[in-house]
Amino acid sequence: MSSPEAPVAELPGDALRERAVDDMRRAIGDSLVDVLVKPGDDLWFRVATDAWRAAGLALRDQLGFDYFCFLSAIDWMPSPYGRGEDDPTAPPVERDTAVRQGYTGGETRFQVFARLTNTTSHFGVTIKTDVPDDLTVPSWVSAYAGANWHERETHEMFGINFAGHPDLRNMYLPTGFEGYPLRKDFPLLARMVKPWPGIVDVEPLPGEPEGGDAEENAE
Amino acid sequence: MTDTVLGDRQKLAYIASQAADARLNVELETEGMTLNIGPQHPATHGTLRIICRLDGEQVVWAEPSAGYMHRGYEKLTEVRTFPQITTLVNRIDWLGSFANEVPFILAAEKLMQIEAPLRAQHIRTIFFELSRIANVGLFLGDLGVQMGAITPVFMAFRDREYVLNLIESATGGRFHPNFDRIGGLKDDLPKGWIDETRQVMRKLRNFCDEMDELLFGNEIFQSRTRGIGVIPKEIALQYGLSGPNLRASGVDYDLRRDQRLPMAWDKIDFKVWTHPDGDSFARCWVRLQETREATLIVDRLLDTLPAGPIMAKVPRIIKVPEGEAWVSTENPLGEMGYYIVSKGDLGPFRVKIRSASFNNISVVPWVLRGVYVPDVITILASLYFILGDIDR
Repeated sequence: MSSPEAPVAELPGDALRERAVDDMRRAIGDSLVDVLVKPGDDLWFRVATDAWRAAGLALRDQLGFDYFCFLSAIDWMPSPYGRGEDDPTAPPVERDTAVRQGYTGGETRFQVFARLTNTTSHFGVTIKTDVPDDLTVPSWVSAYAGANWHERETHEMFGINFAGHPDLRNMYLPTGFEGYPLRKDFPLLARMVKPWPGIVDVEPLPGEPEGGDAEENAE
Repeated sequence: MTDTVLGDRQKLAYIASQAADARLNVELETEGMTLNIGPQHPATHGTLRIICRLDGEQVVWAEPSAGYMHRGYEKLTEVRTFPQITTLVNRIDWLGSFANEVPFILAAEKLMQIEAPLRAQHIRTIFFELSRIANVGLFLGDLGVQMGAITPVFMAFRDREYVLNLIESATGGRFHPNFDRIGGLKDDLPKGWIDETRQVMRKLRNFCDEMDELLFGNEIFQSRTRGIGVIPKEIALQYGLSGPNLRASGVDYDLRRDQRLPMAWDKIDFKVWTHPDGDSFARCWVRLQETREATLIVDRLLDTLPAGPIMAKVPRIIKVPEGEAWVSTENPLGEMGYYIVSKGDLGPFRVKIRSASFNNISVVPWVLRGVYVPDVITILASLYFILGDIDR
C-alpha cells in the first residue's frame, strides 16, 4: 500500500549508516556485539554492558551523535497476565513467559536502550545493552547530561541501577513504593479487579472472516 | 551534573549552594532559604513544583519535582490494541492533541509497511500544523501573563477558538480529535472547510502581528527576557532539548525538514526559524515565528491539496507484525516520538513515549542556577512545557 513516493530503500543514508557501523567498530572493537542496519531507515547497535558508557562517549565524540533523545529499558518477558483481558473470577491462565529479545538479540530479560541523533547528518541510532543479574548498568550522565532524569525514571520503573548516577531518587512514585510498575510481572490492578469492556472493539463484525483481509495481514 | 560545563556565574552559585546547605551565605553571612514554587501556582502551567534554594534573591539550586500527573501511559499501552492507543496518547500534550497521534500512527504504519494515501498525508499535516497554532498561540498569550501583561492572554484565547472550531468542525473534537487512523484518517474534510481555514489563517497571522507589536516590541518584555536564562548549544543538545528551545540555541534542526516521513512537509517550502542567542527572548521569538510559519504552511498545503482516497486498505483487525520502530515528529513542544516494540499481537509489547517536555524541563536545574527569583518565572515560561507531556 505504499504511495507513489520514492520507496524508503532508495533514500541516501545507507552509506552514512554503514560508515557509522565501521566507526563504531573501530571505536569500541568487540564490545559492539550486534548491529542491525535497515537501509535508508534506521540503525541499531547492541554493546556489551561493560562498554555502555564507553559506547556513549564514542557515539558522542567520534561519531557525532550529539543529541540525546531518550533512554529507557525493555522487559522482554511476556506478561504472565497477558493483556489484562482475563475474567477475574476464572482460574488463572497459564501463559508462555519465555524471554525472547527483539532486534539485535540479547541474553538477558532486561535491556537498557537509548536513542541518539546526529544533528549534522540527520540520522539516529538506537543503542541497546543487556542488563546483567545484578541489574546494574553504567550511567550515561557524564556523557549526556540529559540522561539523568531518564535513568531516574528507568530506575524506579524497572528497578535497574545506574552505576555512577549522582542521585537515583524516585521521580514519580512515592518513596518506599514497592515493586517496579513497568516490569511485565507487575499487574495492572485496574484490569485485575474488573473485566475490560474494550475487548468488544476487536471482535469481528458479523459475517466478516476472522482476521480481516488475509493478504493485508501478511508481513 | 559534575562533568557539565558551568558558566562562572553558575560556579559561584554552586559554591553558594554549598553554603546555603549550611544555611549561611559566605559574603553577607545571611541564612539561605528554600522556596517552593508550586505545585499550585499560576506560573507553573499545571502542577509542577519547583524547589529553589535561595541565597538572597539568587537561586543557587533548583529542582523540579514532577509526577503530579503521571498516568502510566507506557503501562496502559501494553494492555490496549493499536487503534485504542490514540485515545490515550491524545492526552499527553493536551493543547496540541492531534500532533500526539501522528508519530504513533506513523510508527505503527511503518511496522505494517503501509502508507496513508497522499490526500490523508496532506490533511494530517494540515491538522498537525493547526494543533501547533492552537498550542503555541496560547503560549504567546500566556507569556504575557507571566510577566504581568493581562491583555495578550485574552487575545490568544479569542483567536485560538477559531482554530479549535476548525478542528472541531472537521473531527468532532475540540481538544482530543482522535481523528488519525492506521492507514489514513477517519473522515474527509467537510464542505466549506478549506475556505474557512484560509480566513482563519489570515486572522491568526494578524494575531501574530499583534503579539509581535504588543509583546515582543515591549520594552519591559525585552528587558525581562533578553540575556536571561541562556542555554548554550552544547548544553541544549546534551540535555536533548528539542523544538523551539533547541532552535533558539542556534541549532538548525527541525524534524519536519530533516527526516523523511510520509507527511506533506517535503512537498512545500517553509522556513525553519532559529535564533543564535539561546535566551528566554530567543525561545519566545522562535515560537512566534513558527506560529506564523505554521499558518503559511497550512495555506500552502491547502493550495496543493490532492484529491483521492483518505484511507489505505487496512485489515479490519489490525495486527502489527513483529518488529521495532521509532518515529518522531516535530511537535509543538519539540521532538515527540514513540519506540514501538511489537510481537505480532493486537497490541504493542512495549511503547516508549519520548515526550518533548520531559527533556526540556530536565535542563531546569542547570539553567536556574544563579538566576534571580523573578527570572525563574520567565525562564520557565519561555521553556514552555505541558505537564501531561512531562509526566505522561
